Amino acid sequence: MSGTFVGMPAFPVAAHDAVRNETLRGNLRHATHTIRAKRAKAVAEVSDWAELREAGKRIKDHTLFHLDRYLVQLEEAVTAAGGTVHWAADADEANRIVVQLVKETGESEVVKVKSMATQEIGLNEALEEEGIRAYETDLAELIVQLGKDRPSHILVPAIHRNRGEIREIFTREMSEWGRPAPEGLTDTPAELAEAARLHLREKFLRAKVGVSGANFMIAETGTLVVVESEGNGRMCLTLPETLISVVGIEKILPTWRDLEVFLQTLPRSSTAERMNPYTSMWTGTTDEDGPQNFHLVLLDNGRTDTLADEVGRQALRCIRCSACLNVCPVYERAGGHAYGSVYPGPIGAILSPQLRGTASEIDASLPYASSLCGACYEVCPVAIDIPEVLVHLRERIVEGGQVTREGNKVILKPAKGHAAERAAMRAARWAFGRPGALRTGQRLASRTRRFHPRTLPGPGRAWSESRDLPTLPAEPFRDWWQRTQGGNTDKGAAK
Amino acid sequence: MRVALFLTCVNDTLYPDTGRAVVKLLTRLGVEVDFPMAQTCCGQAHYNTGYRHEAEPLARHFSDVFGEYEAIVTPSGSCGAMVRELYPRMGERARAEGRGDSLATTLAPVVPKTYELTEFLVDVLGVTDVGAYYPHTVTYHPTCHGLRSLGLGDRPRKLLQSVKGLELVELPGADECCGFGGTFALKNPDVSAAMGTDKVRNAESTGAEVLCAADNSCLMHIGGTMTRLGTGIRPVHIAEILASTEEEPAA
Repeated sequence: MSGTFVGMPAFPVAAHDAVRNETLRGNLRHATHTIRAKRAKAVAEVSDWAELREAGKRIKDHTLFHLDRYLVQLEEAVTAAGGTVHWAADADEANRIVVQLVKETGESEVVKVKSMATQEIGLNEALEEEGIRAYETDLAELIVQLGKDRPSHILVPAIHRNRGEIREIFTREMSEWGRPAPEGLTDTPAELAEAARLHLREKFLRAKVGVSGANFMIAETGTLVVVESEGNGRMCLTLPETLISVVGIEKILPTWRDLEVFLQTLPRSSTAERMNPYTSMWTGTTDEDGPQNFHLVLLDNGRTDTLADEVGRQALRCIRCSACLNVCPVYERAGGHAYGSVYPGPIGAILSPQLRGTASEIDASLPYASSLCGACYEVCPVAIDIPEVLVHLRERIVEGGQVTREGNKVILKPAKGHAAERAAMRAARWAFGRPGALRTGQRLASRTRRFHPRTLPGPGRAWSESRDLPTLPAEPFRDWWQRTQGGNTDKGAAK
Repeated sequence: MRVALFLTCVNDTLYPDTGRAVVKLLTRLGVEVDFPMAQTCCGQAHYNTGYRHEAEPLARHFSDVFGEYEAIVTPSGSCGAMVRELYPRMGERARAEGRGDSLATTLAPVVPKTYELTEFLVDVLGVTDVGAYYPHTVTYHPTCHGLRSLGLGDRPRKLLQSVKGLELVELPGADECCGFGGTFALKNPDVSAAMGTDKVRNAESTGAEVLCAADNSCLMHIGGTMTRLGTGIRPVHIAEILASTEEEPAA
């Protein structure tokens, strides 16, 4: 994935600082709670939401099961409509293809529609290395790019910024990139939006090359679909002479009809809108209208490996709506950057360790970045059981086992750093297999309770630093039960 | 009716008062309660931390201990969800790993007859007024696995509303996780504590004397946060409220 995330510390380390950042906490609380409430309202209006959710799940599962067939069908349809299809096994290959395509146009700048796939492969950085400047045109991506920052949310990548911070970034940075921010810019949303509009307009009108991703690709017609709210996507998709779209292979849908489901569930889940504001669809090229050269780069980058995993493959159903981020209590407190990936939040915690593998510290820590509260699964419009996949990935980390990497079956060893935990789990399993042993332990704990400390040393500090320990009772329940014959002769608890 | 009390290892060891309350409550409602002494742990902590294979013998043991009873009642939403939601999944996974039907078949009988306490009261016994008396202001926190895995819905609230003397006040952000999450509390202590603090502040804002829930592990985390923050509010398991009567009021 993006080079900007390499070397990220494990989730708990990154989160340690984030939870203490009052500004960040305030920004995230306000933003996630607002969108959370709006989404709930927008979804409650739809009487057949449960059926739409089930339909979305089934369409995606069906497509993933027959992905080979649909991808070939898509390639044929796109080619027949005047486009050119390229296949990229990984990020490097995709970047090489895009760089080459831009170079062939002779241009040294591109305008970009907000796209997760190009973030995932670190395309902007790859273009930069070749002397090509990529301009982000989505408002929030612009804020992130100007602020030399990283995105922290799938849909609203600058969610960690408030209006005051945005005003400051615009005033300071816009002149470096093009049209400066207007004099005396305030932090009212309308003024900030107008500053961005003016700044971006000259780039739209000048650019000869547009780069996008896509929300959906229709196999039967070769049509690509981009769903956005600002109109910047429409500009990038229609004004340039050359359009290059980088799209993950799982974004395919068999037919136009299938869109009916997702164009209902996606807007309501992501922005709480009944209908999406700008839905752009294009099929290859059209003479004298829109881009005359269209290239589709189909990106694998770990998706086929993910598809090989029976439990984990459901993550590929994701339509990037962000509902799971907005409802996640962990995301709300830790912020998106702590996830060390362009895919933060619950979906990121199951997607990143599958796409990238679990070798790095950050990827091995992500499956644990959840209390398994299940709020993410509840809101997911394609019913991805995120807690189930999280637990599955925890198992992969502590037990190892067979996974698919770059198309090959490999056996993972259990991860390091879990030895003490593994020993504790085994010891607990041993004791729980013997009620007598459990009872001895309980009695010992109860009888020595006067000597128990209020706080714990070593690993136990993780508990007692912020929480008091429960006081032990004078006797465990099972002793009371036996002593009183099931409470029939109860003379009160032992003192 | 004769039921088995599946108390859970946490309640057995740390919260025997909850166990006594369940016995008192169910006995008052005419249910014969047995506590199979061989019970230990359902294996939830193992399973959710990634040690599914270590959890399997515990699940088999659970099935051995409870298999013969008509109904199994537990005062824990998350341990109830372990049996009802995750035991079938464990069986499926064993099958997918080519280990046959043995685990699935062994676990199948206990799945449909395991009830969380409030479910058992409302759905099986068909009562919402259990004749309880508890003259305190109470706010209710629906714990995640009870809320989302078991779908307890408004059962606990209905039971509490029927308690004489009890004033139920709404908890802001009630359906947000308290931050316990089993080993999550140790693996991500900062985020866990931040969630716990927000939960406690919300509970405090209601002016209630008591925060009630149907799961003591969550209450252990919330209660530990309450005393650390020096709040006046205290955690109480719903069974202890429902067991309390005018003749024998809870402390």
